Amino acid sequence: MTTATTATAVAPRTPAGPVPGPAPARSRSVPAWVWALPPVAVLALAFLYPLALVVQQSVTPDEGGVSLDPYADVFASEVFRSALTTTVWLAVGSTVGCLVLGFVLALVIAFVPFPGGKAVARFVDVFLSFPSFLITLALLFVYGSVGMANGLWTDVTGAAEGPFHFLTTPWGVLLAEITYFTPFVMRPLLAAFSQLDTSQLEVASSLGAGPVRIIRQVILPEALPALAAGGSLVLVMCLNEFGIVLFTGAKGVTTLPMLVYSKAILESDYPAACVVAVVNIAISVGLYSLYRVVSRRAGA
Amino acid sequence: MSAPAPAVPGAPTPGRTAPAAPSGIRFEGVTVAYGGNVVLDRLDLTVEPGEVMALLGPSGSGKTTALRAVAGFVRPASGRVFLGGRDVTALPPHRRGIGMVVQSYALFPHLKVKDNVAFGLKAHRTPKAEIPGRVTEALELVGMAAYAERHPRELSGGQQQRVAIARALAIRPGVLLLDEPLSALDARLRSGMLAELARLHRELPDVSILYVTHDQVEALTLADRIAVMDRARLQDCGTPQELYRRPRTEFTASFVGNANLLPVTVAGEGAVGFGGHALAVPTGTAAPGATATLCVRPHLVGLGDGPNALTGSVTEVQWRGSTHRVHADVDGHRLMADLRELREPPALGDPVTLHFAAEDAVLLPAGASEPAGVGP
Repeated sequence: MTTATTATAVAPRTPAGPVPGPAPARSRSVPAWVWALPPVAVLALAFLYPLALVVQQSVTPDEGGVSLDPYADVFASEVFRSALTTTVWLAVGSTVGCLVLGFVLALVIAFVPFPGGKAVARFVDVFLSFPSFLITLALLFVYGSVGMANGLWTDVTGAAEGPFHFLTTPWGVLLAEITYFTPFVMRPLLAAFSQLDTSQLEVASSLGAGPVRIIRQVILPEALPALAAGGSLVLVMCLNEFGIVLFTGAKGVTTLPMLVYSKAILESDYPAACVVAVVNIAISVGLYSLYRVVSRRAGA
Repeated sequence: MSAPAPAVPGAPTPGRTAPAAPSGIRFEGVTVAYGGNVVLDRLDLTVEPGEVMALLGPSGSGKTTALRAVAGFVRPASGRVFLGGRDVTALPPHRRGIGMVVQSYALFPHLKVKDNVAFGLKAHRTPKAEIPGRVTEALELVGMAAYAERHPRELSGGQQQRVAIARALAIRPGVLLLDEPLSALDARLRSGMLAELARLHRELPDVSILYVTHDQVEALTLADRIAVMDRARLQDCGTPQELYRRPRTEFTASFVGNANLLPVTVAGEGAVGFGGHALAVPTGTAAPGATATLCVRPHLVGLGDGPNALTGSVTEVQWRGSTHRVHADVDGHRLMADLRELREPPALGDPVTLHFAAEDAVLLPAGASEPAGVGP
């Protein structure tokens, strides 16, 4: 540092002409890319390398060598196609449910004054920190085979068992995912609503717009970037959700993460598990890229 | 009371911009309270059809609350609001048929200018074929027709304000509410927009305008009448000339223009005592011995000897371009005089004699509270 300062200070006094002197101070400083090395190294070691191993394993059949046979085998299997379909429809269904429910709840919290509204908004933040299995566990207590709802039903009617058995079906997974992921839509929406100039709503109202038109033509367009952000996040998280599906105990519901688990842990078929994992990653990254493109075009 | 200017030559033909909704506003004992806090106290006020009424007052005086009661955004605790003779107290805002312009413009950022202006027309289910013409008409009225395809973010503050006005007028309201519409503009733009608003009013003589402002210049320039508000109550109401020349309260005298407010005692008919000075001013019905406040506008105070001469010492001299404002201490009270630019202004501490004509003084009942807004 001292050297650099001295060089700069002396420079104007040197006679004109190409005089050999000390190299510019900048060349002595550490190049910027060097500072990027540590985080890149950590990232590579902790994430990229294991990911590369997964990809490598997916093209390494048990018989050895490098081949795309594991991909052909997995893609041809009915289990994979079923898991892919289930994963996509559950993710899309949950995302749509979260968007609708999250938008309505955020609207109420943001624009309908009621006692405890702020506390509810804060609870949304707390909810985000809950583990997904906790929500599923809570739903099991309510709607499980021996849960409160069925218990109440059998107490009242005297029947041997209650009517609520949906929790171990895809609908149970859908309900659990919507319950758990809705706050992930609400959070960005509440932030967007807090930025909305409320005089816009008042002016719209004075211009003759009723509540529905105001929501549709004033609030919704301004909330679109937040909806897109929350929706994309939820979609990706639902695609990769494992804990909720496992905890509901829905035996007939096999999603891609569950398939990875069963192939790797239960069947020890690592190439197949890695193929499914690669597909899962490709879908997630693809959706994220799509979100980035769409949000950039929307100016979000 | 209302004195709308006649339509200017070349103004839109009658009916083209005629209000579809009834005009005129009436407050009947309107009180608004939040919790136990009364923010508007028993307001009785009528805005005639075609009249521009300015609600003038400091922050927290209740003027915006009054406007919001007309718009329907606050529900009066008691009293009633009438629009065009119809009781709208319980009517939701979107059924009142009013135009409204707010300080922040509140343009819808995702809509183009033309769509912003069309918003109210669509909400009112105007026939689709009619909307483009009405949008163009409203935009032409404010000189923004060339900007129809732009988004609000591509416009300056003044242009956004014009679009906001066009949007409010497009639905042809009988009542236009303007809530501090020029506050966000710089001084030069504000002056231009004031002239624009005055022209608009001439072109729309049937529209009643309720104009909320804390700026006396805006109120004096634009309003047919001014309602002066303070501490949630209506203090005074009259034409700008009445309020300026013959204020009825100390608050009005001090808030509408600058004023010298001198504590006096009525000595007899046409005579008051101020300190050791005897002054000849109209005393009206004030009884001898009563304490009162004498109001004299600074620009009506002259330098040197004359009627009602008062001698004091100079405490401050301010050069204001075409005038000098001289502050003098007279028997412990401040007396201000706005004098045409002086070649040799007095120095601080110099003795000075100031005077005013009897007819330029107004005797006010002594106020219980300190006057607000007095000062340079």
